[in-house]
Amino acid sequence: MQQPLEIARQTLFAPAGITDAELEKVFGRLMAPGVDAADLYFQSTRSEGWVLEDGIIKQGSHSIDQGVGVRAMSGEKTGFAYSDEIVLPALLEASGAARAIARSGESHALKAWSAGSGLRLYAPGDPLESMSPEEKVELLRRVDAEARRQDPRVEQVIVSLAGEHDVVLVANQEGRLVADVRPLVRLNVTVLAEENGRRENGTAGGGGRVGYEYFLEEDRALGYARDAVRQALVNLEAVAAPAGTMPVVLGPGWPGVLLHEAIGHGLEGDFNRKGTSAFAGRMGERVATELCTVVDDGTLPGRRGSLNVDDEGEPTRCTTLIEEGRLVGYMQDSMNARLMNMAPTGNGRRESYAHLPMPRMTNTYMLAGPHEPEEIIRSVDRGLYAVNFGGGQVDITSGKFVFSASETYLIENGRVTRPVKGATLIGNGPEVLTRVSMVGNDLGLDTGIGVCGKDGQSVPVGVGQPTLKVDALTVGGTGS
Amino acid sequence: MSAIAPETASPLPDQRQLEDLVQQVLEESRRQGATAAEASVSVGSGLSVQVRKGEVDTLEHQRDRSLAVAVYFGKRQGAASSADFSTDSVRSTVEAACAIARHTSEDPARGLAEPELLAREIPDLDLYHPWGISADSAIERALACEAAALAVDDRITNSEAAGVSSNAGIRVYGNSNGFLGGYRSTRHDISCVVIAEDDSGMQRDYWYTTARGADALLSPEDVGRKAAAHALRRLGGRQLPTVRVPVIFHAPVARGLLGHFVGAVRGGNLYRKASFLVDSLGRKVFADHITLAERPHLPRGLGSAPFDHEGVATRPRDLVRDGVLQGYVLDTYSARKLGMTTTGNAGGVHNLALPPGRQDLDGLLRTMDRGVLVTELMGQGINLVTGDYSRGASGFWVEGGEIAYPVEEITIAGNLRDMFLGIREVGSDVDTRGGIHSGSILVDGMTVAGE
Repeated sequence: MQQPLEIARQTLFAPAGITDAELEKVFGRLMAPGVDAADLYFQSTRSEGWVLEDGIIKQGSHSIDQGVGVRAMSGEKTGFAYSDEIVLPALLEASGAARAIARSGESHALKAWSAGSGLRLYAPGDPLESMSPEEKVELLRRVDAEARRQDPRVEQVIVSLAGEHDVVLVANQEGRLVADVRPLVRLNVTVLAEENGRRENGTAGGGGRVGYEYFLEEDRALGYARDAVRQALVNLEAVAAPAGTMPVVLGPGWPGVLLHEAIGHGLEGDFNRKGTSAFAGRMGERVATELCTVVDDGTLPGRRGSLNVDDEGEPTRCTTLIEEGRLVGYMQDSMNARLMNMAPTGNGRRESYAHLPMPRMTNTYMLAGPHEPEEIIRSVDRGLYAVNFGGGQVDITSGKFVFSASETYLIENGRVTRPVKGATLIGNGPEVLTRVSMVGNDLGLDTGIGVCGKDGQSVPVGVGQPTLKVDALTVGGTGS
Repeated sequence: MSAIAPETASPLPDQRQLEDLVQQVLEESRRQGATAAEASVSVGSGLSVQVRKGEVDTLEHQRDRSLAVAVYFGKRQGAASSADFSTDSVRSTVEAACAIARHTSEDPARGLAEPELLAREIPDLDLYHPWGISADSAIERALACEAAALAVDDRITNSEAAGVSSNAGIRVYGNSNGFLGGYRSTRHDISCVVIAEDDSGMQRDYWYTTARGADALLSPEDVGRKAAAHALRRLGGRQLPTVRVPVIFHAPVARGLLGHFVGAVRGGNLYRKASFLVDSLGRKVFADHITLAERPHLPRGLGSAPFDHEGVATRPRDLVRDGVLQGYVLDTYSARKLGMTTTGNAGGVHNLALPPGRQDLDGLLRTMDRGVLVTELMGQGINLVTGDYSRGASGFWVEGGEIAYPVEEITIAGNLRDMFLGIREVGSDVDTRGGIHSGSILVDGMTVAGE
């Protein structure tokens, strides 16, 4: 199998005949006096999407995007320009624009190239080629049929399949030259069910840094179809959710979006360097009960949030953020690590060559605890059991965060009783984990569906957690 | 020592050049056997600067281009896009679209817009006002904006960023029914995000100004002072007990509320029956006093467009009159699925406006007497299938018609159907910073959840 660096050179450099000597010329222009660090991010992304709806293959699309982002840093200042043409004149022009950030200062020279390598968490194959178009279409049809045969109340089924093959190469003034070839696939099913004029939807899906054959293994694709139908039917029975503050039990897996919003964003290095996070200056303090250990782990093989190297060429790792209730780590990119005198953690990520890298999460999850999930539910007199969510949002400065439940049940006298409608849950990030009184032994990761947005940039992420109980969380229903 | 580049955005290419490229794509599609095709090409360029604590934080030069094509083989469609405008890329992009069309199904609703609906004339809507601002002078303005914010009060202790950005773009669309047209536009922004701090903790808030022409922007100092005032007034926010009260959506968030209405009358959601407003045409969907007008040709409007993404002429109309739904928001495909005609909304609504009411925000507060003024909403808790609405919120508790104290960590919940029917009054404080214009909206009977 070809190495990522070979593939990247062929894809990104060969068409315009870019050589190492030319890269040196670009750095020569980029490294103006006062520029402490600089990098080039070459990228070529090919993606496709297929949609089945009304039982027919309704849409298909294919897209190619490529370009290079040029960044120069001087202290806390960043100059950035990009070009969608990977040719020497465009690189030199972008370098001239990016270096304008530095006015004067020490001169740094480019160090000799040293080819770096990352982890091997996924194969560098092209997922778009992992199935023929006929097989993709057939997969969509089978998922549609599986959903429709579950229940006559299923009115509408929408199935989408998407794949991406992303080739990136990072070069920086330290002489780092490292590439990554990143596959990413996703299958999603949305079902609309109708009964007596009432309509509700259900949605399920998954994916990862794998080929499309992933969906055929372990019955995954058809499993998503059944799960989407199940959720729609549950919602047809749902009554109004309660309003007010109460104990909430969160199920394993995707409900880990709690961690992503409540503490994850607040522990990103940029917000802490700037002192704008509710967690700023709290390193070493207790921010959770002893039951809580939370990590950000970019090294899980094949997962949606994993990366062999981050978008600055730094290998990803498993960073402990909260250890037995104490705040012990931030997530860093190179710039914020440098300015905070800390080590980079492999969390420098960007949406594309046309965006600047920032500290971002990879796969964020809580480790398993001692409790049986049944025991956790039994401990609640009256509360909520939330097992599926839409998404969430956080104000990192005040610490207030929300996440929107899409499949929720009432707990009455220690038993899960009726389904209730979706509702928003709201809490305070630095407080919420101090109210976690039970943590299950059933750690689960999500199925590979997360997209995180920050400053207008989207990146794929993962979350996970065991079943856990928050003693008091505000539930935004309309009932009593 | 190097000087900061004096030029901001590289000039846009000539419209003629892009029209030739679109023609080339259509020609190539025909050559590869497509029975119909449509293509769009866009090029944008921009400059954005951000400063923080009196220093430059980032200076970014943007330059984007894209070429998108959809080919039709009878009633089968395939689509592809690329950022590469070369002849080779045109050929391979069309090939990719054709390859996909071999695997999609016959779909009777597919195809180009009806020729008689295409825009025949392309009115000049005065959307192009390049600023020509240099990076240095953008930085100066951003610094002035931040300094004004920091000077407001000692409790403004930190800044996230103050920014100035200027963007220009050109878009050309053409199809094999003979339409070929394009237009240029610009958009400029000044924004500021600051943090206020006291014993109760930190609060962040922002303000921004945006316009087609730089002359219509607020001054950087005004933006900074507004951001600071907003952050300050949030200090000491508390929760509320769980209670059922009226709510005022402050104008900037009221625009989002109307956005949910647009989502519910959008063709794609209607033909899928994924909307609580299915089959609502001619029915009362808002309180009697509500009229919603779409005005696509407002000069300099942020939502203005002479034609939509399918070349269909845009036309002024009332979407809602006296509370009654007059039409849907349709593109060609969804219109055909519903047995209707496109409303020229491929790509969205164009300046949808709720006419201003008689009272300003203070007047609305007095009318409400007791309830919550919501100034910020969080999360995605909107279900358009059922209309169920539940979102995180912050704002102010209002007692005796006056702001009593800031509130946070609350949710507001209801059903959009009842909320729209329950609009008691609209304010005169219209916010026009986007494709939807609205004043503050007073809605009766929402559930506020807190302690």
